Amino acid sequence: MSNRQISAIQRGILIAGVALLTLAVAPPARAALGGDVSTIQADQIHMQGTRRIIPANSYTVHEIQAATGMLREYISPQGIVFALAWHGPWLPDMRQILGSYFEPYSQAAGSHHSARLGRRPVMVEQPGLVIQSGGHLRSFAGKAYIPDMLPTGVRAEDIQ
Amino acid sequence: MKNVRRFLVFAACSALSCSLGCGGGSSSKSSSSGTSSTPSNQTIASSGPNVAAVTVNSGPPGNGGYANGAFASATVCSPGTPTCQTIDGLLVDTGSVGLRIVSSVLTIALPQQKSASGSPVVECLQFLDSFSWGPVQTADIKIASEKASSVPIHVLSDTDFTVPASCSSTGPSADTLATLGANGILGVGLFAQDCGPLCVQSSTNTTPPENAYYECPSSTGCQAIFESLPQQVQNPVALFATDNNGIILELPPVSGAELTVNGSLVFGIGTQSNNGLAGATVYTASPLTSQPPSPPPGNFTTTFNGPSMTSFIDSGSNGYFFPDSSITVCSDNSGFYCPSSTLNLSATNQGVTAGSGTVDFSVANADSLFSNANDSAFGDLGGPAPQDFDWGLPFFYGRNVFTAIEGTNAPGGTAPYWAY
Repeated sequence: MSNRQISAIQRGILIAGVALLTLAVAPPARAALGGDVSTIQADQIHMQGTRRIIPANSYTVHEIQAATGMLREYISPQGIVFALAWHGPWLPDMRQILGSYFEPYSQAAGSHHSARLGRRPVMVEQPGLVIQSGGHLRSFAGKAYIPDMLPTGVRAEDIQ
Repeated sequence: MKNVRRFLVFAACSALSCSLGCGGGSSSKSSSSGTSSTPSNQTIASSGPNVAAVTVNSGPPGNGGYANGAFASATVCSPGTPTCQTIDGLLVDTGSVGLRIVSSVLTIALPQQKSASGSPVVECLQFLDSFSWGPVQTADIKIASEKASSVPIHVLSDTDFTVPASCSSTGPSADTLATLGANGILGVGLFAQDCGPLCVQSSTNTTPPENAYYECPSSTGCQAIFESLPQQVQNPVALFATDNNGIILELPPVSGAELTVNGSLVFGIGTQSNNGLAGATVYTASPLTSQPPSPPPGNFTTTFNGPSMTSFIDSGSNGYFFPDSSITVCSDNSGFYCPSSTLNLSATNQGVTAGSGTVDFSVANADSLFSNANDSAFGDLGGPAPQDFDWGLPFFYGRNVFTAIEGTNAPGGTAPYWAY
């Protein structure tokens, strides 16, 4: 075995190590919704869950199952997360899974009380963004999607 | 076409509900708030050692005006001492568990719960549109003549300990009268603790949940922890010396919009002469340990316009919330329905192991209901929901609704259950 070969192996180990390290310390800030398929990994690590991949006709579902609940991420043929659905005993980390869409969500949730005070589902419907979040303590369910990015033939009801 | 289908469903369900035993109790269908399962002989307990007054009004002054909020009072005391304070304006919430008080209205000092390592225990409670954060403290609680000693409660304050990002991820904080809309929440739901086994360490639960209990060695360094069942924020009813297996929320019928409504919160089920099930049907709910395909904890199922969906009864929700894309959503408020005329609808509730029955209900135009800013009780208020059916406070108008606590011995069925 030549030095050069050892070096190649070492380099391989080094790269693998760096990759693992990157994975381990990857900041969880990168969002799923509107992001590419690689961002799902961050959500999975954040949730400490297991993932399975379910193919559908015109999209793929990555389902992350964790103690805190279940998150389904809907991937378009272009590799973009166009929708999310969740249910479980806790709400998902909305900041994590909505990313750049967290701000409009937060504003809508904050103005939720503007008309009359009261507790009810959060229904955000804006051009380019739909978020619906319902349930009660220990049992939450909801969905979020980018309407313009729904693949042809996919209805909002399919996301759940 | 849609209307025809609605009528057929309505007619079929009405017949069904009668075949299940309407007797003479069916109310008039011509009423905009008519419900076939409403007994015409509703009796609202007026007084007694286990009866607390409940008022539906716009809530404590300064909150901005609540819609369909049922409020009650509770007295909290520093444990074992005569140092007490009565706090009104507490939202009666059968959809949550535990007493939560806005810190700014609390004028007496209560002992702080400490973790195993001696640090203050602080809780995060996430709601759909907000979160509440603050220390877990201990109080003796008295409501009507019922007493519970040394109860862990949640004091809402986001100033003493920095809110972790994982807690604040559901939106803005609701820790003040203005943001919560109430002086606190009296959670008297289906369970004895607010978290249950999910917050307790076990061989299958090895990481503390990130959005429940924390210990805070410093004001900025809060870490998620496990919390044992007795240390969790408790349903005070379950700790009462008597009448501790559940509650009845009793509110009179409301048609259209009303200024204020008075009713009763009755403690215990079948424990006194004033809290028997009488003719109410028991609908069992999923226990905390429920796994698919059973509904998630604290739910049963409802059939409306299609396949059955997860559903729940929740006095802390301020309307009927359910998915129906054919009903117009208000242009100025995406949270409510604004049909051009009042819709008479029908749905069937199915208990997890027992209980089935039809509910007729109506949904009016929310903008019309809200036209008088002083009104606070709305019998036909409804709005959209993602996929669950949420029977909120309007469901309680004209019905005595029982909520039996899991793990207790309640008559008529296995708790947790609702009965009405």
